[in-house]
Amino acid sequence: MTPAITVTNLWKVFGPRADRVVGTPLAGLSRAELRERTGCLVAVRDVSFEVRPGEVFVVMGLSGSGKSTLVRCLTRLIEPTSGEVCLDGEPVRAMSAKRLRELRRHRVAMVFQHFGLLPHRQVLDNVAYGLEIQGVGRAERHRRAAQMLALVGLTGHEHQLPEQLSGGMQQRVGLARALATDPEVLLFDEPFSALDPLIRRDMQTEVRRLHAEVGKTLVFITHDLTEALSLGDRIAVLRDGELVQVGAPEDLVGAPADGYVADFVRDVPRADVLTLRWVTRPAADGEECDDVPLPQDTVIRDAVPRVLRSGRPVPVVDGDRRVGVVDAEQLLPALLGHRRQVPT
Amino acid sequence: MTRPELRPGGPPAGRTGGGDRWGVRGPWSTRTIFAILVVAAAGAYLGFRSTPAADSADAAAFRFFDSVREWVDANRDSHPLFLFGVNYLRLGVRLLVEAVSAALTGLGFAGLVAVAGAVSLVLAGWRAALLAVAGFLSFAVLGLWTESVDTLALTLAAVLLSVLIGVPLGILAARVRWIGSALRPVLDVMQILPTFAYLAPMTLLFLIGSPAAVIATLIYAVPVTIRITQLGIAGVAPVTVEAAAAQGSTRWQLLTKVRLPMARPVLVLAVNQTIMVALSMVVVTALIDAPGLGQNIVRALERVNVGAAFDAGLAIVIMAVVLDRVTTAASRRRPLPWRLAVPVLAAAALVVLLPIGDRVPALSFAAPVNRLTAWVELHWYAGTEWLKNTVTGYLLNPLENLLVTTPWWLFVLFVLGFGLLIAGWRAALVAAAAAVGVAALGLWVHAMQTLATVLVATALTLLGGVWAGISCARHDRLATAVRPLLDAAQTMPSFVYLLPAVALFGASRFTAIVAAVIFAVPPVVRLVERGIRDVPPTVVEAALSAGSTPRQLLWKVQLPMARGGLLLAANQGIVMVLGMVVVGGLVGAGALGYDVVAGFSQREDFGRGLAAGFAIVLLGVLLDRLTQGFHRSKGPSS
Repeated sequence: MTPAITVTNLWKVFGPRADRVVGTPLAGLSRAELRERTGCLVAVRDVSFEVRPGEVFVVMGLSGSGKSTLVRCLTRLIEPTSGEVCLDGEPVRAMSAKRLRELRRHRVAMVFQHFGLLPHRQVLDNVAYGLEIQGVGRAERHRRAAQMLALVGLTGHEHQLPEQLSGGMQQRVGLARALATDPEVLLFDEPFSALDPLIRRDMQTEVRRLHAEVGKTLVFITHDLTEALSLGDRIAVLRDGELVQVGAPEDLVGAPADGYVADFVRDVPRADVLTLRWVTRPAADGEECDDVPLPQDTVIRDAVPRVLRSGRPVPVVDGDRRVGVVDAEQLLPALLGHRRQVPT
Repeated sequence: MTRPELRPGGPPAGRTGGGDRWGVRGPWSTRTIFAILVVAAAGAYLGFRSTPAADSADAAAFRFFDSVREWVDANRDSHPLFLFGVNYLRLGVRLLVEAVSAALTGLGFAGLVAVAGAVSLVLAGWRAALLAVAGFLSFAVLGLWTESVDTLALTLAAVLLSVLIGVPLGILAARVRWIGSALRPVLDVMQILPTFAYLAPMTLLFLIGSPAAVIATLIYAVPVTIRITQLGIAGVAPVTVEAAAAQGSTRWQLLTKVRLPMARPVLVLAVNQTIMVALSMVVVTALIDAPGLGQNIVRALERVNVGAAFDAGLAIVIMAVVLDRVTTAASRRRPLPWRLAVPVLAAAALVVLLPIGDRVPALSFAAPVNRLTAWVELHWYAGTEWLKNTVTGYLLNPLENLLVTTPWWLFVLFVLGFGLLIAGWRAALVAAAAAVGVAALGLWVHAMQTLATVLVATALTLLGGVWAGISCARHDRLATAVRPLLDAAQTMPSFVYLLPAVALFGASRFTAIVAAVIFAVPPVVRLVERGIRDVPPTVVEAALSAGSTPRQLLWKVQLPMARGGLLLAANQGIVMVLGMVVVGGLVGAGALGYDVVAGFSQREDFGRGLAAGFAIVLLGVLLDRLTQGFHRSKGPSS
């Protein structure tokens, strides 16, 4: 299956004569050194990854780690310095302006941190904007926009202006606008970080629901680890423009690639993220086990009642194959300690 | 889009039933009502149009103003209002002007140049000082030393008074709520009045000459001082004030130790803007017999001698640039410390005492400029004549004809209806009252002629200005290249703009249009560019990411969101155009501007001139209320 998005050796350097950095010894310098020497800033450094169709791919990093630049390079809202981006196997950097516009109109849509709604248009016309510029007739685009508003739960607000809505509702409009053109890929650039925590959780639920309903490929940028863990099928951690680790949430928590990631995930309740796979031990010879096994992708917290009630080690299976056992001794450290020794 | 249906005999009607874009507003959209209004006005016009008699030379209003003048003349030396009020004011201002003038002249040529350089060095750094010395030298080189010093003295006197009155008022306006809200409408009106309108009442009270000129300039410039001072004081960060108050400062200490020092750059900017506005007005006061460079321009314009006016115009521009750069630089840096400042000033004082003559090489551009003008007349005649005739024949004359043959009551009704529709009832009532006032002054035909010229010039200004503003907003390089031009254009006094227009088109109504367009385009370009560039980048990015073409981005996102800026540009443009079209009365634009000028020079025309001055004021209020109400009531409030 062709990946929805393939990014290969992507660089973005800002500054004077930025194109002279990549491929020279300068590229090996650290961010600070390069800035000192040339005045250039590396926002994205040699990043490669693939996004599978239908997956929720989260890019996480602190502010200034280059994640917003990275997502803008995907549709060339920011022109990459070097490297390649392919959407459905088609190289984006080779596209003509016209072809690129077609891509943005039909195949990829984006949701922005500060919404980017048009303040002079009512909600319905904001959602219909993408269809309008494609030349879709007025009745048809209003019909589809109304459908999208219903999908995000804003029916009845069609004729209001964006400023009359709360922040959460405005971002729902942004979401509806992105969905209106029925794109294959949705890009989210920190969409909920400007919202209150409670609203944020609502919106995350909303995104999960929509993903289940419409089944798009999502690329989601965030600086919020909880958000990343709750939404992402896979998470890419970015630091100073470099990709530090790509993996499933439990990989990040269970096997952080370095101290930076470990620091990041230190306070995550491990029992909520890790599965039994991370704590299974081989069964000792002749050990007496429980009869009913647990699948190895059970989250630790969910396994706790079974294991404690059983009083005996519980076997863990991968499909039909038995991979080991767990007992309370394995589960307790994950439940109690958030800290874990950092591999160096 | 559904196609708008065409109605027989009327413009296309807007969509109905869909509610207004700006929210639901009843069954009919603004556009429909507007279409009905236009149709009704057209119908009424066809039914009631008439060819009016030319304005009588003896309207009731003129007689009234003449009688006022006679009363003033008869009582000037007996009535207590004059004996204890106006005359003392006049005397005081005269003493001030004479003192400033004596100080400047007393320094002598070399001395004044040296002192100007030294003061600039202390306040604004060596670049500004070099510029000041070069500028002052050039006045002598152009052979206009005496006139330049006269203009400078009048300007400085007016600025001194403006700062003495304006800064305390500005501070009060910022600190005391009711003073601020009481001043605002007064300042609003003062700022839209064309320079010409101030002159006639001044001559009535203060006769002609320097005192009247300084007081007119003061009235014209002081709103700027008050406004900017108020902004500066109100803009001081409240946190800092709070911190100082928390340490136990008194109110006076808060003002002198926190607010004023923190507002210093803005206060210097206030002085800078006051100087620029005052200089522009001082030049115009040549019409009420104030001495200085303006006299040279007025005399030259009367004879359509562009070359003779050019030297004086150049001197005014140089003075404007020097004063602007010195004060701008002064607002950005701290003055030299005393231990450096004292020797610099002492050196200048030494130059004053040294017996240095005032002989400098003379240079005049009059002859070459006149040759160039003659060449342009000879070779470009067909082109300029075609342009002049096209605009006059296809735009100006039909519009003038339409306005002049419209009965005044129909005009008033149209203003009222149009105002209600776009600017709200308050602005509509003010505008309609202004229109009635114009009719009552007995100068209806002239006022309509002036209005026609203003409308044509405004249309051309907006066409050019909006196009240029959009281009600048979309092309950074163009914007960088154009910016110094715009800066220069905004420091030049309005009179100077007449020169190129006269050089190209001789004396005609079209000349006034050209001058007005050159005068008003730069601020329009600025406001439009600013409006488009101020569209939040996130919105532009969202529109781009949806796949908008550059054209779609402009029409569907940038222009609608820059609506406030565009309408402000229209408002500013129309007010500036009115000011310039009236000044164009000097170069053949006729109508109200000519009436005002004639009123200064001929005693029997005084009443008519004063009436024309008031008519200009009323036209200004009318145009400003209609356009300003527009962007206030309908702009997106983001």
